[in-house]
Amino acid sequence: MNTVVCIKQVPDTETLIKIQGAGIVQDGIKWVMNPYDEFAVEEALRQKEKMAAGAVTVVSLGPDRAIEALRTALAMGADTAVHINDGAYYEKADPAATAAALAAAIKGMQYDAVFVGKQAIDDDSGQVPAMLGELLGIPVVTMVIKLEVAADKSKATVTREVEGGQAVLEVSLPAVFSAQKGLNEPRYASLPGIMKAKKKPVDVKTAAALGVTDAPKTVIKEMSLPPARQAGQKIAGDDAAAKAKELARILHEVVKIV
Amino acid sequence: MPGTLIYAEVQKGEIKKGSFEVASKAKEFGGEVAACIIGKGVEGLAPQLAKYGVDKVYVVDGPEFENYVPEAFVQAFTQVAKTVNPSVILASATAQGKDFVPAVAARLGVGAISDCVDLQKNGDKITAKRPVFAGKAYAMVEAAADPQVIAVRPNSFAVKEAAGAGAVEKVAGALDASKIKTVVKSVELAQTNEPDQTEAEIIVSGGRGMKGPENFKMLEDLAKLFGPTATTGASRAAVDAGWRDHRYQVGQTGKTVGPNLYVACGISGAIQHLAGMGTSKVIVAINKDPEAPIFQKADYGVVDDLFNVVPALIDEIKKFKG
Repeated sequence: MNTVVCIKQVPDTETLIKIQGAGIVQDGIKWVMNPYDEFAVEEALRQKEKMAAGAVTVVSLGPDRAIEALRTALAMGADTAVHINDGAYYEKADPAATAAALAAAIKGMQYDAVFVGKQAIDDDSGQVPAMLGELLGIPVVTMVIKLEVAADKSKATVTREVEGGQAVLEVSLPAVFSAQKGLNEPRYASLPGIMKAKKKPVDVKTAAALGVTDAPKTVIKEMSLPPARQAGQKIAGDDAAAKAKELARILHEVVKIV
Repeated sequence: MPGTLIYAEVQKGEIKKGSFEVASKAKEFGGEVAACIIGKGVEGLAPQLAKYGVDKVYVVDGPEFENYVPEAFVQAFTQVAKTVNPSVILASATAQGKDFVPAVAARLGVGAISDCVDLQKNGDKITAKRPVFAGKAYAMVEAAADPQVIAVRPNSFAVKEAAGAGAVEKVAGALDASKIKTVVKSVELAQTNEPDQTEAEIIVSGGRGMKGPENFKMLEDLAKLFGPTATTGASRAAVDAGWRDHRYQVGQTGKTVGPNLYVACGISGAIQHLAGMGTSKVIVAINKDPEAPIFQKADYGVVDDLFNVVPALIDEIKKFKG
């Protein structure tokens, strides 16, 4: 089974965000592979292992530093990588432009499935999976928590998270799958894996070389921080029961929720 | 000339509240408001939209739309969108909306703006405010071209009654079945009517301090007392421990929520969690550790053992309920 995994390098979830113009201060950020993309990489590896055949290609759009995320995926076991290393394009790229670049890199590859994280935890847009499917002309199943591929790789049975439960779908391949937490437990890169990853091929391309000149379709005009929240009042009382009583009174009289 | 086309989402035979919210906002923007409703046996729901300012309802009704299949719904909706030719398309950023909206935008060849919490109209252009980094920051975003496709987080706008003409047009032959490559085999919904965390008005959430899965029962009891718009949530620690399913997780690798009331029980308040619930209108924290970071964000803090406070709170609230 040949698969492509699209990954993004994002600030670690511990990061304190500081604003600079219409972007964030990049200094001091620890960059990691988007957590949802780890599920995507893991699923591609598992499907390949199950079939005992095929290759996993990871693709990322990003500046120089994005190579670290690609190396992490290679260390986990992916076979090859494509780095769309184009700082200028990446800077301005909205989800549509990101999908356009990724799709251009993927077109022409031989693949049975494309895996992506359900959203990147930086811009939280969650649009790339659907847009990729549209650009590649293949179906998309988002929020996947279970995947079984038929032995002939013609179709897959997919369980996806829906409001209040789950739905089971059958979809023809190739298709795009967006990974939700719960799909699998991503492996850690082993030391031999990390050593091997250094020698695995990485194809570096610019967006222009891929023929992508898409202007972004949405533009960030401004960024701001949420108003700081002040610590409020501590509820006084001799014991838990007294505090609970006072809290109930507040919910009733002040918050007016009860 | 219609100004806005909204997607009226149907779940369990009813139009979602979030769809009425975006209809109300569309009415406020001015211009004609059209809606598109898709499903099986949904025609009878169309008149409800007129109460919230919708002038024309396009109804796509048929057995092939019984279950949500993205390809089918996107195909039908974009066909209507091409007829209406609106300058703005609005949908509620529900679980389904998050799947549907970017696909619609891609099919129409435009961008989309996800999960917005506020919209400002300046002339023909809408500036959308949306949380990024799970709420650690906000971005003001604009679409480069029409239609401006925007998904709005539930509970961001009030539902306001306003008369609309509510003309109904049935759309026939909205589906080219040969292009559908996905079949829904089954849908399994939990036997509960509790709202999704992203749509709930009240969330009672538990963390590591809950000590085990069995103790979440009291949080469920408390949420039930708060009424049908309340549900429960969990911190990543509680989910990773296997106490709660991931769909309950609030925070940067879970759901970003903004209810009217968020009650955090035994949650210390890691930065990823605080980001995910920081826009809640009122935050209550119950934790026996007075140094827990959650108290820096809480409007009301109870420093005590939650195993004593929560049952007592349940009793007290029952008294108000009579």
